[in-house]
Formats: sequence, structure tokens, C-alpha cells
Amino acid sequence: MATDEEVAVAEDSKLGGARSVGLVETQVWTCDGPPLELECGLSLGPVTQAYELYGALNAERDNGILVFHALSGDAHVAGYHTPEDTKPGWWDIMVGPGKPFDTTKYAVVCANVIGGCKGSTGPSSVDAQTGKPYALSFPIVTIGDMVRAQKLLIDHMGIGRLLAVTGGSMGGMMALDWAVRYPEATASVLAIATSARLNAQGIAFDEVGRQAIMTDPNWHGGDYYGKGIPQAGLAIARMIGHITYLSEEQMRAKFGRRLQDRESFGYDFGTEFQVESYLRYQGNSFVRRFDANSYLYITKAIDYFDLAAGHHSLVEALAGAKSEFLVVSFSSDWLYPTAESKEIVKALQANGISCTFLEIPNPYGHDAFLLPNEQLAGTVTGFLANVQRRVRERTAVGEARP
Amino acid sequence: MSLRTKREATKRRLDYELIEAMVSQGSRVLDLGCGDGQLLTELAQYKRCPGRGIEINGEAVLACIQRGVAVYHGDMLEGMSFLRDRSFDVVILSQTLQQTSDPPQVIQEMLRVGDTAIISFPNFGYWKVRLQLLFTGRMPRSSLLPYTWYETPNVHLCTVTDFRRLCGELGLERVREIFLVPPSRLISATLPNWRAGLAIFQIRRRS
Repeated sequence: MATDEEVAVAEDSKLGGARSVGLVETQVWTCDGPPLELECGLSLGPVTQAYELYGALNAERDNGILVFHALSGDAHVAGYHTPEDTKPGWWDIMVGPGKPFDTTKYAVVCANVIGGCKGSTGPSSVDAQTGKPYALSFPIVTIGDMVRAQKLLIDHMGIGRLLAVTGGSMGGMMALDWAVRYPEATASVLAIATSARLNAQGIAFDEVGRQAIMTDPNWHGGDYYGKGIPQAGLAIARMIGHITYLSEEQMRAKFGRRLQDRESFGYDFGTEFQVESYLRYQGNSFVRRFDANSYLYITKAIDYFDLAAGHHSLVEALAGAKSEFLVVSFSSDWLYPTAESKEIVKALQANGISCTFLEIPNPYGHDAFLLPNEQLAGTVTGFLANVQRRVRERTAVGEARP
Repeated sequence: MSLRTKREATKRRLDYELIEAMVSQGSRVLDLGCGDGQLLTELAQYKRCPGRGIEINGEAVLACIQRGVAVYHGDMLEGMSFLRDRSFDVVILSQTLQQTSDPPQVIQEMLRVGDTAIISFPNFGYWKVRLQLLFTGRMPRSSLLPYTWYETPNVHLCTVTDFRRLCGELGLERVREIFLVPPSRLISATLPNWRAGLAIFQIRRRS
């Protein structure tokens, strides 16, 4: 199903390939400022954030791009941590030399969200006050809190005004939040497969995932560190997640009703259908790399997110935005459907804010934004080039003025 | 390359240059069915017009994005429904009115979001069209009407007279009328419903 172009990108993306960022390292920064005051009323500190940087900031410091990851992502967007790694970072198809987020032109940053488990402060981190992991004593963090923490990081890195903020799914929510919270701090927003608020169906699936974790006898009220982890619950949560990331069409094409490693029914409750086998594999591999409590915290943050909260409408919420927007949806995405992307576009248009909207026809469901797609690649490449051109034109005009 | 030769070097649709001439410097322009964004790019370049497009074809939308044109991918009525009243000076609909499902609604929506509308369309009253139907007994085809009857997107073809009547019924003022004979010869307004292959109307609400 892959096109020649996609095959070529995959080949070039291998470690040592022309379009790979190569070996990369996760950096860690702990903010020495005052604790972060959170939306829930509690504070968190000291806050550590893990991040990766690809490409270099130019002398004008106008080529920084901040990528926000989704629920199960991390700071490792592109390249490889060791020569033995079999897989590159989670958006390697989009970030690298000659790729849409072209690291020969742009300085691309991605940080793990607070509440996460990939190097940034989260429930599995050790609480300095008790010397033990936070577990459920970790305060509830929101999308806004995650964004505010990353603003501290961007300021610390001396990047100043970003050329773009971007992300898919939860990452898109963060990009939207950034644009509203810090209107001057980015020239553009690329909101991909996302929404200004999660719908009831999305909250429902998140809650089933959380219940699976919290009813696992190994969860122990979140206090399982150093003991057995709530493996079964987290695996089920991930299985549910994966169902929502695919489309019915894609599941039919990929698995159908085919059986796994057998010719006929076994008349028992073993793994028989290919789709079952796929989900179990996804669930089991997830528990090896993700913390169950982080899953609770991050899904809760997604559920709470509502860009219009505190405003009369989404139109009013976006009124102060000063960036150019690109909103992209995928036709078969039923978790973050096109209609919700259009709500964002509608609110931007109502404010007279420059906005481009594109719905990419595609059978891969919500996961589509993580898969190779020439239309997405071309869109991002073209959009960024034009944003950068306009930023530089404005700078030139500004400098020419007496 | 001089501005003139640069402009000539660009492949353009027959009515683009005339439409461009009707748009004044710095106007806010909305182009419905903007295709690959060529007209909006030229208006931005030569007349400093901030522009937006609405386009239903995904590949054309991608071309717009690569040119740096802000574009909405979707149906024009839906796309316009998101826009505030009078948020544009000019709304352009180039050779697409006949493809819309509800031309009066499209025109009224154009004049809700914009002060004036520029609409071009192939004239079905053109003598060559009439004679083709009369003498061959088959659905007319020409450079402006290139489709066979079974594949045409043109569901609402009209004549110059029809369009003028519709403007009357909708209470709209016809500010300007331009008539052409293919490929690009301007003609006078004498018997335009017979003589014009393509018509360009600039209209607005009666004040």
C-alpha cells in the first residue's frame, strides 16, 4: 500500500540514512524557579522536563518549532537513541533533514508532558518531600498546565517567538492552548487530528480505560511502585485506545474475520481472531513502556480540556489569537472527527484569523496522523515555508521603518 | 523579468485578468472555487489584496497551501457560513456558478459576506451554442462547455438574460457587465445574449 515516495522516506530514515536526524539524546531540564501553580489549585515543583532538540536555532532565532506529543508519546520524535534501536522516534516520518519539519531549516523541540513517565515530572517521579514516588499524591495537571511548563522550557532555551507549534490529537489541543495562552509566542499553529474539546464519546472511552487500570488488583490505589504493576488493567486500557485509533474500514482490511495461526475455531477463550491477537500485542507491549498512573493523569487532562472554558464561546476564546492556523483532519477519524476541526475553523474565521483547513481522505482513522501521508507532508512543508517567508517579510518591513 | 512579461508567462484562465482589473488595490478578496490559488496569488502580488479561498478539491487545496494561500477545504456554502457579514470587499466566483446546487443562495451568501460579487459564467445563449443544439440536435460542447452531457458538473447553466433576470428578482444592482468571445476577445454590450461566450458580472445589494 506504501507509495514509492513512502518507501524512499522509510529507507532514508534508517539510522545513517540521508533523511534521518541520526543518533539523538534526550536532555533534561529542571526549573529552579518557584513551583508551578496548577489549575487545580495545587502547586508542583521542582518541575523536570525531558526534551529533545533537532536542528539548530539560527542567529535571528526565528526558526524554532515546538512539537507536542499525544497521549502515549514522548520527547523522542525523531532519530535513534542507540545504534541498536529498531524503531526511530514517533514522528520520524515528519521530522528530519528534507522532511516536512525540516531540521536543516528549523530547530525542532519536543518535550515530554508533565504527568508523563518519559523523563518529565509525573506520578512515577520521586517526590522530593517524601523520597517516594508521588503516585496519586501527584496533583491533577491539565493541558494548560502542561503547556505552561513547556513555555518555561522554551524561554529557558532562549528560543523566543516560535515559528510554529504543532501536534496531533492531544498535541493539537496543546498547540491550540499555546496559541490562546501566548498569542505573541508563535507565528503559526498546525493543529492536526484534534479538537477544541474532547466529545462525550472520547471521555467515555478514556473512563473505561481508567476503570480497567483502577480495578486491577495490582493498582493498589496507585501505590504500586516497586511492587507488581497493574499490567492487565493498563493493557486493557491500551487495547480500548487502539480500537478508537483505527477505523472500521481499516480493521476490516487489516484483519477481517481472519484467524491467527489456526484454521478453525478452538471453541475456547484463547486468542483466535487476528484482531484479538493485534490488540493483545499492543496492550502487552504498552505495559513495558508506560506507567499506569500517567495514563490516568494524561487521559484526565485530555477529558478536562475545553478551549472555550472560561469564555462565552469558542469564538471568544480564540479572539486574541495572533497566529496563522493550519487545521487538518482525516476523513475516517471518528475519535477527533472532521466536524470538530471545522468548529475550530469556524471560530477562527469568525474572528477574521487567517486559517487554512484541509480534510485528508484516508481510511486509517485517528492514527492517520502518525502514518506516512504525502498530502500531510506536502501541506506541512508548504505551510511552514510560507509562514517563514511572511515572518521574514514582516521583519524586513519592520526593520525598514525609521 | 519585468512584471509584464512575468504576468504573461503565467498560464491564466481567460477571465482572470479582467477580474483582476475589477478588484481595487488592497481589497479583501474571497475566491470561491479558487482552484490552485492562482488568482489569489496574483491579486496578493500585484494588488496587495489579502485573500482567502474555498475549494472542494483536495489536490487543488494542497497547491493553494504550497503557494501560501489561506484556503478552506470544503463546500462553498458551508465555508461561507463560517464567515461574518461583510468580512470581504469582493467575493469572486469564476466559472463555477453553473456547478452549484443552489445559485440564488450562493449569490445571496456572497453578498452577505462581501460588499460586491464578481461572477463569471459561460453564456448558454451564445449563438454557437444555440446553433449547435439546433443543427446537430446534441448537447452543445465547446472550450467553455467541454463536457459530455453525462459527465458535466454544470447542473445550472444559464444565459445572460437569465442571469440579469435573477439579479432583478433578488433585488441586486448590476454594477458592471463584461462580455467576451472565446478565447479572450472583449466585445461591446450589443446583443450580448447572442454574441457573448462568457459573461462577467459585478453585482451588489441595492443600497
